[in-house]
Amino acid sequence: MRHDSVLKTVVVATLLCIICSIFVSYAAVSLKPLQEKNKILETKRNILVSAGLMEEGKSIEELFKKIKVKMVDISTGRFLEGADVTNFDAKKALKDPSTSMRIPEVKDIAKIKKRTLHSLVYLVEKDNQLETIILPIYGKGLWSTLYAFIAIKKDGNTVQGLSFYEHAETPGLGGEVDNPNWKKLWKGKKIYDENWKFAITLPKIKVDPTKPESIHQIDSLSGATLTARGVENLIHYWMGEDGFGPFLTWIRSQGGEA
Amino acid sequence: MMKAKEVLFDPVFKNNPIALQILGVCSALAVTSKLETVIAMSLSVIAVTIGSNLAVSLIRNVIPNNIRIIVQMTIIASLVIIVDQLLKAYAFQTSKQLSVFVGLIITNCIIMGRAEAFAMKNPPGAAILDGLGNGLGYAVVLLVVGAIRELFGSGKLLGFDIFQLTTDGGWYQSNGLMLLPPSAFFLIGFFIWALRAWKTDQVEQEH
Repeated sequence: MRHDSVLKTVVVATLLCIICSIFVSYAAVSLKPLQEKNKILETKRNILVSAGLMEEGKSIEELFKKIKVKMVDISTGRFLEGADVTNFDAKKALKDPSTSMRIPEVKDIAKIKKRTLHSLVYLVEKDNQLETIILPIYGKGLWSTLYAFIAIKKDGNTVQGLSFYEHAETPGLGGEVDNPNWKKLWKGKKIYDENWKFAITLPKIKVDPTKPESIHQIDSLSGATLTARGVENLIHYWMGEDGFGPFLTWIRSQGGEA
Repeated sequence: MMKAKEVLFDPVFKNNPIALQILGVCSALAVTSKLETVIAMSLSVIAVTIGSNLAVSLIRNVIPNNIRIIVQMTIIASLVIIVDQLLKAYAFQTSKQLSVFVGLIITNCIIMGRAEAFAMKNPPGAAILDGLGNGLGYAVVLLVVGAIRELFGSGKLLGFDIFQLTTDGGWYQSNGLMLLPPSAFFLIGFFIWALRAWKTDQVEQEH
């Protein structure tokens, strides 16, 4: 067996680390613009998927032209006309104290601690009539924060679709929020009851479609009690008075003429 | 000195890293539910085995013996990160499906095993061939398993319908087990059985 001097060992190790780090950082930096572009496309794709507008094989950019992006002041529920929607980065805005707010603990059912003051919303129109509203929502599951888009019909009550685009729940259990069959269950469900109170639940027993309350119920995910509870809570929060509640109320008052 | 042809093709059937050495099985279970991810994963692994074998072989006479494993790991880890970055830039959807398994190429025993067992003792040319051969050996098993799982699990190959599913009004009732990781265990088992029935010298002697 060869014996090497300490000096040689240190020199080789240092050189190797430097060379490897040069390669890794070069790859990371030079590929960053392409990766960013992919991420933006992915967000657009998820918005389209949640509204059921995604058609495989068609250009995402082309399909996305149907969608109008607007900025909403979450607490008043009104549009902020003239706001810069192209450069709005929700994750950055969340970190900046001037564009975000702390959620009081009693109201923080989604366990997110902070939310931005403004949010992007996506509107699908048909013949200048509002058809669908797509809202970005998020909240804590078991291990991770789940990010989703929820598409709601112009009545401000009926779910058109729900699509999670970022989470780190257990694959096969909580990760089943990505399951297309489960996502289909959301379509047509009503968020609020007749008194406009939040009514969505994820019961652990199979939803009986003959019962009247089934219009608010979605089958829970087996083996993922905490993820399912997180999903229920995050939708509860964002559809509540502290979330997009005021915006949805305003949309309803406009009769879909927004 | 072994012949180039042997170095390249032995690992494919005669000394297959998965079937004979039973290395790298974890990722073989995880990424084989669809042929598309299999191809991306196989190419990634081939790129990394070639790259790491070449790099280790080039500096094999300089690597201090007592830190050789760490040196190999550093090289492999750097290559895997670069491959991961490339996938994220040029094959975003696939990289999303492969998720954590690209990163886990670092822990794939095949790569480390070849660096330590072959590249440390052989010149760069042979090391490249050995890396390619072992990558191919890995790819062959994955392709077989992936093709069977996608075909019987979802009635498709590379996303194209082959068997019309009953859910779409066809005749084929998809086999859900095929989409779950345990099915890859059975299929790799059958692959090893078939391989050993063909090449009987691979059968282990009973004691």
